[in-house]
Amino acid sequence: MRYSIFSLARQALNYHKGWEKAWRSPELKPSYDAVIIGAGGHGLATAYYMAKEHGMTNIAVVEKGWLGGGNTGRNTTIIRSNYLQDASIAIYDLAHKLYADLSQEFNYNIMFSPRGLLMLCQTEHELRGFQRTAHANRIAGLECEMIDRQRVKELVPIINDRDDARYPILGAYYQASGGTARHDGVAWGYARGADQMGVDIIQNCEVTGLLRDGDQIVGVETTRGTINTKKVAVVTAGHTSHIMQMAGVSMPIESVCLQAMVSEPIKPVIDVVVMANTVHGYVSQSDKGELVIGGGADAYNNYAQRGSFASLEHTATALVETFPIISRLKMMRQWGGIVDMTGDRSPIISMTDVKGLYVNGGWGTGGFKSIPGSGFVFADTIANDRPHPIAEPFGLKRFVRGEFIDESVASGVAH
Amino acid sequence: MLEIKCPVCGVVGEEGDFHGGGQAHITRPATDNPANISDEAQRDYLFMRHNPKGLHFERWRCDRGCGKWFHAARDTVTNEFKAYYSIRELPPVELMKAATGSWAEYFKDKMVTK
Repeated sequence: MRYSIFSLARQALNYHKGWEKAWRSPELKPSYDAVIIGAGGHGLATAYYMAKEHGMTNIAVVEKGWLGGGNTGRNTTIIRSNYLQDASIAIYDLAHKLYADLSQEFNYNIMFSPRGLLMLCQTEHELRGFQRTAHANRIAGLECEMIDRQRVKELVPIINDRDDARYPILGAYYQASGGTARHDGVAWGYARGADQMGVDIIQNCEVTGLLRDGDQIVGVETTRGTINTKKVAVVTAGHTSHIMQMAGVSMPIESVCLQAMVSEPIKPVIDVVVMANTVHGYVSQSDKGELVIGGGADAYNNYAQRGSFASLEHTATALVETFPIISRLKMMRQWGGIVDMTGDRSPIISMTDVKGLYVNGGWGTGGFKSIPGSGFVFADTIANDRPHPIAEPFGLKRFVRGEFIDESVASGVAH
Repeated sequence: MLEIKCPVCGVVGEEGDFHGGGQAHITRPATDNPANISDEAQRDYLFMRHNPKGLHFERWRCDRGCGKWFHAARDTVTNEFKAYYSIRELPPVELMKAATGSWAEYFKDKMVTK
């Protein structure tokens, strides 16, 4: 069913009883050309572009829980591309450009809102660090600029711009085209698009084993039966190590919990995204009026999807200092997601030593913004069995060769 | 919020009183000549991590107590601490036996009964 003002009007006259499901719930077939593990944003985007760009429609996306219920539904929906390294700029900028047209392409509103994004500079070191990033981004052709405290105050009137603040505002790195999108919408849009092209999305289907015949992957064992396939793509952020271990492949990843929270809804107070990396907090306001707040990850391995109170307190402290107006807001909800952390804070999009086994993970705290770009290059990598040029620097070999894509400074805590 | 007990001074505190030191039992490849260390061995030392969903072995420091480092065995799903042991020791044998995945591989030839 195509969505439009006319279909809305027609359904309104029909008391909204005629809406069809946005995707099917098919039975699992015994074999597929490829199986994608994980129906989050990255997995669904991979399936979508495999079908759309490479004509591979006999594929399945298997998901342990429900579609988009992992980190895709748990993040703070920030989209930006102002990273330091060339390889990062290439993939995040591709994602950013794809995001801009997704709603039209899907015929499904992902509520992409390029409202502008500020990364505050609150120490001299941070200011110099972002100036360096700004130069790198200018060379790469991104439209970003350094702005001073007065401009920050104009863009964010509620910010604490006092000289005697613990961390005074020295300026900000501003990407006017950065912003947010509706995270569920992105997952649902990709799911609907992939489903329409014939991709089977199987929910409530947990992977329990990966089958190898020597060096070749030959199948996937799930709670709904065994699937024969020659290509398996692991896109299970947070659980990458766990799934890859089933094929005997170790990963340079640690899983930690990252939390977010939303406040009670209030009238519009902030119409940009603000990231304060020195004090560990970032905030934007949703269309419903809630402040969407994220902070730092916990310091220990965790698969529990519920984080530490200490991290929440740290984030709240930071944001009250930066935005004194929010000090008496009540927080309505808090949740945690398990994120993959790599040593250089850059993702892994890679072939492996096992033929037919591909992995896309290690996105750390910044996976949402990269979903379209990641899916696009990963689909190409799987379909052609060689790394897409944009994906190549993110291969597992970089940890052997020492060719790191060091984004621990550019992304800091708030990716 | 984790509640942690230091096996050195015996103090019990919340996680803010301690400092997480990441995975335990990482050994730097020993050599008299760094050129003899293969790139793979160096990668394993710097980046490869066990990261199990379940029983894990890690280091903590008693930050606001005695200041000593120690080892702990914790379940990463339930966050339950299974044992605390000295920074110089391997885990209790029953926990080494209970380890799974690449941890089991690591402890395979280390389980000598005292």
